[in-house]
Amino acid sequence: MAMLHIVNKSPFERNALKSCLAHALSGDAVLLIEDAVIGVVSGSTLVTELQQAMNGNAVKLYALSPDLAARGVKAERVLEGIQLVDYAGFVDLTVANEKTQSWL
Amino acid sequence: MAKKFLYLNRKAPYGTVYALESLEVVLIAAAFEQEVSLAFLDDGVYQIAKGQTPKAVGMKNFSPTYNALGDYGITKLYVERESLVERGLTEDDLMPIVYEDEDDDYTEKPSVQVISRTEMAKIMAEQDVTFSF
Amino acid sequence: MALEISGKTIATDEEGYLENLNDWTPEVATAMALAEETPVALNDEHWEIINFLREYYEEYQIAPAVRVLTKAVGKRLGADKGNSKYLYSLFPYGPGKQACKYAGLPKPTGCV
Repeated sequence: MAMLHIVNKSPFERNALKSCLAHALSGDAVLLIEDAVIGVVSGSTLVTELQQAMNGNAVKLYALSPDLAARGVKAERVLEGIQLVDYAGFVDLTVANEKTQSWL
Repeated sequence: MAKKFLYLNRKAPYGTVYALESLEVVLIAAAFEQEVSLAFLDDGVYQIAKGQTPKAVGMKNFSPTYNALGDYGITKLYVERESLVERGLTEDDLMPIVYEDEDDDYTEKPSVQVISRTEMAKIMAEQDVTFSF
Repeated sequence: MALEISGKTIATDEEGYLENLNDWTPEVATAMALAEETPVALNDEHWEIINFLREYYEEYQIAPAVRVLTKAVGKRLGADKGNSKYLYSLFPYGPGKQACKYAGLPKPTGCV
């Protein structure tokens, strides 16, 4: 019964990612797209919360690589444990999870 | 078979059109006889706050319409306690929205249920479809 | 479109609903009904529903969907009136649509 959560707003400007992580259940996937991808940069203030979600709560985290590339964030700058997906990978995630929920 | 639909409301009213749009979609979708519930979390808790008076900002006060939801068969309005607390609010700051229980001699019962973040996460997981606003 | 009532022009949309809800008076309802292709002379039964709709709008700020209207009328005015057959006999163009128009309300959201 896993859910794919999709977040598209910058976590530095809005609380959508924070709220999403507080409601995601173990086994769920969280995909960051559009401005939300800037939250995955290693060294950002989001790191503790992202690591807690991945390690403490067994939530899988993904970021859309075309959105990272668009914003000049190279793969090596991405926090360890976060998986990068392209558009095809985005589609795969929607198929692999029974439901999706957007956090606007 | 009826599906479980959840309308997820996370924005304060009046600053953006999300709250009003959500309410309009809810009223239209209610005609399809599905199992509809509403969730209010983060700034969305302000959508059902008491005493809304948007006249001076030139907006229509649509908060009375939440009281009609019971007529539309929508009797579950979940509000997240943590979201209230973070904003300095309590359940007393919310409109006392009720519905009439047809199976219980039209007794008025509360529609609003204040629940914890953990319970909210479970409710989200139980849905067939979630609409986010 | 517009209605002419005792020398005053009242704006309506292309379906005949009032542009400005505050323009409503009982004369507006009467004029709208008489302006139908088959003119309708409003009687007490019509007014009972029109007034009910105006009170519902005053309280909830929406025009009720026809299903909700039917149920609410049944509760308030009795089961013999809370059914589609009765309401359609009064408002053959659809109880929600036609009665709301005469009541000066917006067209009900997603209604018949």
